[in-house]
Amino acid sequence: MAAYILSIDDKREREYMRQLVEKVKRLTYKRNFFIFVCIVPTFVLFSVFVLYPMFSSFAMSFTDWSGIGKNYKFIGLQNYEKLFRDRIVKQALLNNIILLVFVPVVTILLSLLFAFLLSGKKLREKKVYRVLFFFPNVIAISITSILWSFIYHPSVGIINGFLKWIGAESLIHTWLGESATVVFSIGITMIWQAVGYYMILFIAAMEGIPNELYEVANIEGASSFQKFSKITMPLIRNVLDVAIIFNIIAVFNGSFTYTRIMTGGGPDNKSNVLSLYMYQQAFENGNFGYAMAVGVIILIITLVLSGINNRLSAKDDITY
Amino acid sequence: MAKKFLRNLPARLILLVYGVVVVAPFIWTFYTSFKTSREFYQSPWALPKKITFDNYINAFVKANIGGYFGNSVYLTVLGLVLVTILAIMTSYVLARFQFIFSKFIRTVYLIGLFLPSIFGIVPLFQLMKKLGIYDTLSGLSLVDTMYFLPYTIFILTSFFATIPKEYEEAAIIDGCSYFGTLGKVMTPLAKPAIMTTLIFNTLSFWNEYVMSLVMIKTDAKKTITVGLVNIMEVQKYATDWGALFAGLVIVMIPTFIVYVLMQDKITDGLAAGGIKG
Repeated sequence: MAAYILSIDDKREREYMRQLVEKVKRLTYKRNFFIFVCIVPTFVLFSVFVLYPMFSSFAMSFTDWSGIGKNYKFIGLQNYEKLFRDRIVKQALLNNIILLVFVPVVTILLSLLFAFLLSGKKLREKKVYRVLFFFPNVIAISITSILWSFIYHPSVGIINGFLKWIGAESLIHTWLGESATVVFSIGITMIWQAVGYYMILFIAAMEGIPNELYEVANIEGASSFQKFSKITMPLIRNVLDVAIIFNIIAVFNGSFTYTRIMTGGGPDNKSNVLSLYMYQQAFENGNFGYAMAVGVIILIITLVLSGINNRLSAKDDITY
Repeated sequence: MAKKFLRNLPARLILLVYGVVVVAPFIWTFYTSFKTSREFYQSPWALPKKITFDNYINAFVKANIGGYFGNSVYLTVLGLVLVTILAIMTSYVLARFQFIFSKFIRTVYLIGLFLPSIFGIVPLFQLMKKLGIYDTLSGLSLVDTMYFLPYTIFILTSFFATIPKEYEEAAIIDGCSYFGTLGKVMTPLAKPAIMTTLIFNTLSFWNEYVMSLVMIKTDAKKTITVGLVNIMEVQKYATDWGALFAGLVIVMIPTFIVYVLMQDKITDGLAAGGIKG
């Protein structure tokens, strides 16, 4: 082919080929220029403001940096050894784990129940409830935390007021001030915030199930519970898996805002979590190096959870 | 008919009870915002004896809610413009062109979806100081933009990939440049997905807390979420809650309006695969 082109003697045709090559070059240049402008500046900004700080945090976890000035030295794994001896890290990790179990279990069960009740044609008022239940999800977590600090308030809060009103005064607690109730109280706030979100996901999945399946079940005389456990549940299984892991990630990432605003980690670190402890070590105690070692634990947990999430999301969708 | 009503009764009761659990805090906040502190302490549940706007006036005059509000609006508008433009450009190219490192960049943004922003916050704080954009709203907006970018790119890339290639081919044949094709043909076609990201990003910028807490020091530059938490911490000792409740109502109203106007789009966008914690 190339030989053929070179053997063309005709001047005009040669000129034509030259112009064609020029044109292709120009187009390639234009194309590359376009790609460059669209991709590179954004990616540079992303690298500077997101990737670099992450790598830097990781590197700093091996130093004794105080956060002020440039004086720090490499101390190997000392920060990590300290982690294992730190009573508060154990407490914070335990609280994270309690939240990571308690919140998703209750959230998913409630949202499944509401989704089942509000999907299909069962109730006329379903639209109102869908809109209502989702609303807490659009409110800022910081606002929700302030709101619930008052709901739990020992003297003016709604909950204690309600308990007094129904005469159950023995159940009155300083909800956010007692070590036995504080983590679960925060957990309930997280559940209240999240239920609507997962309910919407489940409703979408449930309404994708062909109605004929339920009609057959009706003919066979199946109960609501049978329909739920034998038809609905197996068919939304993929969405359910993703929702659970998603909720776990959201609880883990959200725990900072809730705990910082509602309790500051108290009483006596009984509601501290890893992200809050990292923040306190970095910005309140000036132990940046150590804070970053706590951060690495946070990063590892998040990446493991995301890995599970990606694996679950990659599963094939059910076809009917 | 009566039989059907009875059969649905347990379902209706469950929904009603949870409905009250969801609504009660908002209604309580709303009417408490019209009460004096003394009324509030005497009976936290009771309705206000008369409607006064003193708390709202206090919130604006003493607690600088108006300033915080304005800062949040600025942060949100600037951030939305930035994140939308940057994400449209990146997403279109990632969806349509193969080039050196294209796979790598796709993977990085995908991982970015899950990186916890708090992990890099200390070096980021130092970096902002070095660049001279610490304690500035524009700097904060830029940082937020970078953290919301992976989500926006994720949604837009998948949408661009579904648009048939014939549209661009026609535009190119008509002599349209690459930039022209993206701006005049592809962006209008991607409007539904852009709307979805706009709605979710509006809420994200408006509600953001962690970055705003760390990256802004001057009180007059604080955003409304951080500002309200500050008011709460101050009022705790002053035991004057009125302005705080008024502030809560003020911050929830724009969210409420966006939600009422957009709730179909929000829930549809979410059900269609929007992933946002």
